[in-house]
Amino acid sequence: MEKNTNNIVLRFMTCGSVDDGKSTVIGRLLFDTKTILTDTLSQIEKTSKKKGMTEVDLSLITDGLQAEREQGITIDVAYRYFSTGKRKYIIADAPGHEQYTRNMVTAASTAQLAIILIDARKGILTQTKRHTYLAKLLGIKHVIVAVNKMDLIQYDEEKYKSICENYKEFEKNILPLNSPININFLPISALKGDMIVDRGNSMDWYKGATLLQLLEDLDTSEDIKESSLRFPVQYVCRPRESANKELHDFRAFMGRIESGLLKVNDKVKVLPSGHESSIKEIRIGEQLIKEAISEQSVTVSLVDEIDVSRGDMLVHHDDSVGAIKNFTAMVCWFAEESLSPNRTYLIMHTTQTSKAKISSINYKVNIQTLDSELVNELKTNDIANISFKLAQPLIVDSYNKNRSTGAFIIIDESTFHTVGAGMIQLLD
Amino acid sequence: MKKLLSHLDWLESEAIHIMREVAGQCSNPVLLFSGGKDSLCLLRVAEKAFRPGRFPFPMMHIDTGHNYPEVINFRDKKINDLGERLIVASLEDSMKKGSIVLKSNDEPRNKYQSITLLEAIEEHDFDCCIGGARRDEEKARAKERIMSFRDEFGQWDPKNQRPELWDLYNAKVHKGENIRAFPISNWTEMDVWQYIEREKLELPNIYFAHQREIVRRDNSIVPVTNVTPVRENELVEKIMVRFRTVGDITCTAPVESDADTVEKIILETASTSISERGATRLDDQVSEASMEQRKKEGYF
Repeated sequence: MEKNTNNIVLRFMTCGSVDDGKSTVIGRLLFDTKTILTDTLSQIEKTSKKKGMTEVDLSLITDGLQAEREQGITIDVAYRYFSTGKRKYIIADAPGHEQYTRNMVTAASTAQLAIILIDARKGILTQTKRHTYLAKLLGIKHVIVAVNKMDLIQYDEEKYKSICENYKEFEKNILPLNSPININFLPISALKGDMIVDRGNSMDWYKGATLLQLLEDLDTSEDIKESSLRFPVQYVCRPRESANKELHDFRAFMGRIESGLLKVNDKVKVLPSGHESSIKEIRIGEQLIKEAISEQSVTVSLVDEIDVSRGDMLVHHDDSVGAIKNFTAMVCWFAEESLSPNRTYLIMHTTQTSKAKISSINYKVNIQTLDSELVNELKTNDIANISFKLAQPLIVDSYNKNRSTGAFIIIDESTFHTVGAGMIQLLD
Repeated sequence: MKKLLSHLDWLESEAIHIMREVAGQCSNPVLLFSGGKDSLCLLRVAEKAFRPGRFPFPMMHIDTGHNYPEVINFRDKKINDLGERLIVASLEDSMKKGSIVLKSNDEPRNKYQSITLLEAIEEHDFDCCIGGARRDEEKARAKERIMSFRDEFGQWDPKNQRPELWDLYNAKVHKGENIRAFPISNWTEMDVWQYIEREKLELPNIYFAHQREIVRRDNSIVPVTNVTPVRENELVEKIMVRFRTVGDITCTAPVESDADTVEKIILETASTSISERGATRLDDQVSEASMEQRKKEGYF
């Protein structure tokens, strides 16, 4: 553990099944960065011995639930943390089996980078395509393809190179739904610790960066001037009853900047009403600031008294974005019960919730072949293109332009469970 | 123009966002406050989220009756300074009512907190409890959602959690059901200490190294108090210790330490080799799944 107060947060996910050594890769990262502490390690040693293993099984680090330990499988997404002094890492560790598409989608939704694991003995499998497709679908811009178990193919450089070539070939054909992704390749042996944190002695032919070095050096920053301001209002602050008389007329709007840059004096409009005003003050708590950037939670007050409430969105006054009541989206269905075109669902989008009906299920993506298929219903873990009709207008962007205003979840009206998630595709 | 937030700013901003979602979506939330360091971080986040307004929820402490007096005094002073409202739900009341029956008087009371908590939720009709749990604390917690659904019996069903994507938190519940919201899920122990340092947060003094009478029992340091008395043949020592977590006296052990400032604690945290709960929670060491089991029963 390092003490540095200026770490940058990097969120990544790992894709692969137990057999690819996914848990071992994470265990190795945590172990070699000294995140695993003695008491956890001694517990793992005990369990490894109980299972009759000779080496410490680092994959045990990521087993969280009783059922997972019993069955030796991962059921749910787990979040892990480590820090290097340069970055704070949040790992979303998702099971990679086909039936767990929903977990992979969940993990991918907050990740900036995906590590896709390939077993060096097996090369590219159907699941590699599935993982790559889902990472791209969820708008992940950076992928590290880690060819694992190099020790089991005698660290063969030629074999490694041919796997990389094959990957590049097929990746080109995976729906170019989003802007091109940045791909890095590297050979590793998670079991032996080669090229994870330390280089090891077995692959002198590989001159590139280790896995940790790739993570440390990756540039994930986006140009905030290129993205439009999106400020969904979460909560309205009216401290009328305050002892401080100056606050009796105080009214401010609280929320997080989902994208872009907001400055004092900026001319803004409130959507969907379209009323315009300009920014009087921006604060975090009671501290006044001049400008706020994407991902900052702030409190904003306006020069004019206009009606603003939760669910409204502030954008710059010259922004052409509007509120719409119909859109098409790629949807991942989570619930055990099939999606029913006859029912009404709730769509939660930024801070707004609207009733929605299905206009049409346009096609389903076969997650094995990635081909489109015509279907009438959606089952658990299905991914499909669906058109919706909303009761209330929403201010949306295409998901490939904006991961916040392009995303929504679907809630069952009667059980209130989260039954699906969608990524909006606007024609423009 | 490229700009990125530092990790503390990012974590703080995420926590503010989560609290405001609770305020925006839930009709009657409450913030669980123990006087401990994690819940003190929550209070600072709440100030940043809602000032200059009042907090849109009261604080609630589940009092086991086995607390260090310093922590209780600190708790009351803190809430008073903030000008907010504190509800104390005490295990003693549940015992009087007969809903908690102790096997013996010196039995650790942590696991019974769930009962008092559930009673208080029902009495006040709370639909959401905000808590300071972190995913790095324990392996069952690593799998818990930021907004975690509990059924009418307060039970957590780890195999049937609501998927949680992006920053869209589904806090919808029916009457009797409940959401547990964890705004600092993504913080680690180190993040908490760095935040305390940056925000200059005051803490109960037992977090800092002090002289205390202790005995050594089964690899743990047990403080000598009226609820954890010396047993026969035990040797009482007076050594420098500090608490890494603060909870019920019977299940929270101090660690040997000379760190008497936040800065020194951060250095010590960076070089420690024992996890926070491993070192100090007598209740998690019973079995590999003890936290998961307690959570299934309604524990935080």
